[in-house]
Amino acid sequence: MPGSDDTAPRADLDGARLIASPALRLAALMLLIYTALIALFGPIPATQATLNGLVSGTYLGLGAIGLTLVFGILHLVNFAQGDLLMAGAYATILTAGIGVPPPLAALAGVVATALLALVTEKLVWRPLRRSGAGTLQVFLTAIGLAMVIRFSVQFVAGSQVRSLGADVVSTVGLGGLRLGLMQVLALVIGLVVMAGVGLMLRLTRLGKSMRAFSDNAALAEVSGIDTGRIVDLTWLVSGSLAGVAGILYAAAIGTINPNFGVTLLLSLFAAAVLGGIGNAYGALAGGLVIGLAQDWSTLFVNARWKPAVGFAILIVTLLFMPQGIFGQARRRS
Amino acid sequence: MNLDFWISVAVLAGIYGVFTLGLQLNAGLTGILNFGQAGFMAIGAYAYGLLVVNAQWNPWAAVAAAVLAAVAAALLVGLSSLRLRTDYFAIATIAFAEMVRYTLQNAQFSGGNQGVLGYDTAWRGFADAVSSRLSQADFGGHSQLPLLVLVWAVFVVLIIVLTLLERTPWGRILKALREDEDAVSALGKNALSYKLQSLAISAAIAAVAGVFVALNITYLYPSVFDPNFTFFGYAMLVIGGLGSFAGTALGGLLFWALLEGTRFVDLALSAGQQASLRFILVGVALIVLNRVRPQGLLGDRAGMVAGR
Repeated sequence: MPGSDDTAPRADLDGARLIASPALRLAALMLLIYTALIALFGPIPATQATLNGLVSGTYLGLGAIGLTLVFGILHLVNFAQGDLLMAGAYATILTAGIGVPPPLAALAGVVATALLALVTEKLVWRPLRRSGAGTLQVFLTAIGLAMVIRFSVQFVAGSQVRSLGADVVSTVGLGGLRLGLMQVLALVIGLVVMAGVGLMLRLTRLGKSMRAFSDNAALAEVSGIDTGRIVDLTWLVSGSLAGVAGILYAAAIGTINPNFGVTLLLSLFAAAVLGGIGNAYGALAGGLVIGLAQDWSTLFVNARWKPAVGFAILIVTLLFMPQGIFGQARRRS
Repeated sequence: MNLDFWISVAVLAGIYGVFTLGLQLNAGLTGILNFGQAGFMAIGAYAYGLLVVNAQWNPWAAVAAAVLAAVAAALLVGLSSLRLRTDYFAIATIAFAEMVRYTLQNAQFSGGNQGVLGYDTAWRGFADAVSSRLSQADFGGHSQLPLLVLVWAVFVVLIIVLTLLERTPWGRILKALREDEDAVSALGKNALSYKLQSLAISAAIAAVAGVFVALNITYLYPSVFDPNFTFFGYAMLVIGGLGSFAGTALGGLLFWALLEGTRFVDLALSAGQQASLRFILVGVALIVLNRVRPQGLLGDRAGMVAGR
């Protein structure tokens, strides 16, 4: 890829150490911006926007992991990722609708999304890869698949607005800050799942294999990693995290319709590209940055421009640092 | 099932057929994956509508300005993003189209979701005059007929022009770019410049389609330029055949006939479910066609390697 440096490949799979210093620098930058915002707008509005941004950052980051892993491992730009989030939220709503308690319904939603992701691999992606498809074919298939998922859900559940049916009215107040009860729950669960995913990627054999594969498939294969199994597991992990992200979105926003996934898609792309395509930690960090940037922007301009901030970051990142903020993912075209 | 309904389907097939000709030039011929075509169409349509309504421009001058505005946007997008990898370029163009749509939805100048109204008085006057002439000839009552003739006349002319262009040395360079960009560069051709020309022409065509969209609906609003329409364009492209400009006409007709014609299939479903089912069919068609016959009905096999 033009513009990327050709330093010797870094063979260590210990991604956490690799990104440690850029991650610290990124955190410092975010803190600096937060401090500046406090100085500009006062502590309450700045902290409120930051909390809101962290809430959206968790579902964007978790949603973007699937995008980045699948891209890293299969070179597949999964346009259906946003719709997987939506499917997870709807599976939860529909399960809760037949009387299942909400936590169990959420679990069922996550499992259903993971299985859906695996089914797309078996029915669509594996046969397409075997046929040696070109980029355009893969793109159009992903777009077709996204349509099938979105409109199947719409067929079953209708296009009207729905909610998780949980308590979306109560708010938690703390010294002038206000956050919905469900938003607090989403934030806590989101941060816990993010930490869990980070540890899983870092410590488990599966996590290491996935990162190794995403970093350099050929090298991972010669070192004896079972390709088919890793691909299947990657889809399961991507799908379940998409399910979690979709449920968190539904909880945090309150109401959803079948189009929410596709409207989130570009923000997910932005998170994945910002974190460096193929870099799972990067996707988490990228999601948080996008979430914070979008909510911080509401301090300056009308909140309706929030999504445009995500698009702008996506375009600027693609143009000026397509390797992402952590810069170590050197990709071949 | 009446004639007026099928006329309106043929109008849609023609408008989005024109739109898809640009995609054909980009993806089918040059191998660049432009997924922002709906954005170029929106720029063309709004430039036309706003210049006629707010600045009282002559409609013909407004059409010319609309085409120029879309070309300018294409140069901006192309110069900044065409150096990116194929897949990154595609994502960047979608982001561009979404930014255009968001701007139109939220900015003051474009009227937001209320849209732009009243740009088509000159066209309506002309179309009504033609319609009344036609009714004297006992062929009246079809208010969409003038637009149908206009759209398809332009469509056919564009197909002929593009097919002729494809056979020029210029067209052969575009095809060579699709097959092997490095080889073209090694021959001393400026690959970026040719890709930029391809994108600019495609955007100009999209602007023309945008003006037609404006004439077909009575007011302009942002969701007409949803990125989904770019995806519909690609569906027409794949049905008709990758690399075949004439195939675009077939693809457009088949796509819209299937999409709209299935309204008459009585399935004892609610209207919403029928609509969902139609889009599921579009999705399944995209998946199956790309797997089974990626070159489309009239495409040549060599055309399917685009973007590989």
